[in-house]
Amino acid sequence: MGAVQVAARVAPTRRASPTTRLLVPALGILGVLSYWELHIRFFKVPAYLVPAPSLIAQTFVVEWPTLQRNLGATVIEAAGGFFIGNAVAILLATLFVHNKTMERTLFPIAVAVRTVPIIAIAPILVLLLGNGYAPKIVIAALISFFPTLVNMVRGLEAVEASALELMRVLSATRRQILFKLRLPSSLPFLFAALKISTASSVIGAIVAEWIGADTGLGYLIVVSTFEFRTGLLYATTAVASFLALGLFLAIVVLERLVIRWQPEAPKR
Amino acid sequence: MPPPDRNADRDQHAAILLEGVGITFSTSSGPLRALDGVSLAIRPGEFVSLLGPSGCGKSTLLRLVADILAPTDGMISVAGDVPASARRRRAFGFVFQDATLLAWRDAERNILLPLEIASDTHNARQRAQRLLELVGLAQFGGAYPWQLSGGMRQRVAIARALITEPQILLMDEPFGALDEITREYMNLELLRIWEATRTTILFVTHSSPEAVFLSDRVVVMGTNPGRVKLDLRVELSRPRDPAMKETVEFARHTAALRRALVGETRPA
Repeated sequence: MGAVQVAARVAPTRRASPTTRLLVPALGILGVLSYWELHIRFFKVPAYLVPAPSLIAQTFVVEWPTLQRNLGATVIEAAGGFFIGNAVAILLATLFVHNKTMERTLFPIAVAVRTVPIIAIAPILVLLLGNGYAPKIVIAALISFFPTLVNMVRGLEAVEASALELMRVLSATRRQILFKLRLPSSLPFLFAALKISTASSVIGAIVAEWIGADTGLGYLIVVSTFEFRTGLLYATTAVASFLALGLFLAIVVLERLVIRWQPEAPKR
Repeated sequence: MPPPDRNADRDQHAAILLEGVGITFSTSSGPLRALDGVSLAIRPGEFVSLLGPSGCGKSTLLRLVADILAPTDGMISVAGDVPASARRRRAFGFVFQDATLLAWRDAERNILLPLEIASDTHNARQRAQRLLELVGLAQFGGAYPWQLSGGMRQRVAIARALITEPQILLMDEPFGALDEITREYMNLELLRIWEATRTTILFVTHSSPEAVFLSDRVVVMGTNPGRVKLDLRVELSRPRDPAMKETVEFARHTAALRRALVGETRPA
């Protein structure tokens, strides 16, 4: 009886067709935007408070050269910070796995750096490094660094005991164990961290631009807020979110290309 | 049964020789004597099973032979060498209970792993193909571990252990996780592979029928500390046939093993 009920409950869960899977969210977004537009027109909300989607779209087209120029700066900062922060995290994680003393020495420092709020550290770095790209890249790197470090250490250590015994029996060197066993098995962990880093590196770059910059999406957000150019403010916010989404999708595509195997089946 | 043969001539030509081997692990609750006074001589080409309950140290014994662990006392010789040298010149292959295949490599590249680590690329792919044929997976070289059944994965693991053409094959409950039907089939396959390659096999199992069916000799081990309780010569003709399992001869062997396992002393 119980089994029959379970079967009946399980059976109807079929996968939605691709069109349905795309159509339903699209309709949802369209619904929200329509309501937004109608609400503002009906209640006559002033544009400097909340712009209608149509005004934002219009601003988007008119101000595209400005948006594009400032987007370029933020892309350089976010991507630069993303690469540097993650590269340092991967190297440090590799070091930690091979040298426990190093891990015990440096990991508390990494945690300490992590606990300092980015908002607090940003002015210090702007003072130190000036008004250019450098402090933004450093802040984006700092914010990307920690999740990748933690995940990468876990990934490199998430190797089955018998796999290590296998490498021992095969008389593999530490270098071979790293490249043929630890690094490949850490890749799913690494990509999980990289996906988090994409959005946070954009946040880091924008926050840094608030403190002191003459270009970039963060700068544009500050300026358009002060000048009550709310349409531009909303358009800039949308661009920033598309940037984060774009970086995220790039990592998803890279993951699909790199990880072509199925993760381990659940343990018996 | 006569006591283990102490014939000096045989000892000299032994594939695996253990003399008074013991190992003590230091645990949080004090030292643990896992093996004590184990002496064993295995002739080249012989198929010997280690049988015993969990915790009798049979897997530990296999790891001592494979130089994954070092003995606290006693002497071990593998293919006429100390275990470390035997390991480095790839005198033995090791098959683990879980196949321990690398998830990101297909079957062929899993089999090639030992050659890659040994930087031995001579005819590597042909050798891998021959082994895929030997283990009955000629068409599955491009399949990833998650695409293979438990029995197939273990075949790949056996092929990987054989690719360096070792004189000795060490197998740690290789079929312990398989269902009974697959297990019986894999037993027949293993005997076929053993007869084709003429390797010495030291096989750990906790199944008496499996041990009797496969082996020339079954070594029964007891717990606390792990030690040899019985060394039983299997007097069944080769080649073995599954029908033998229904004979009185077979039952006589498994009964002797059972008595040794439950700790009864055999009447002289």
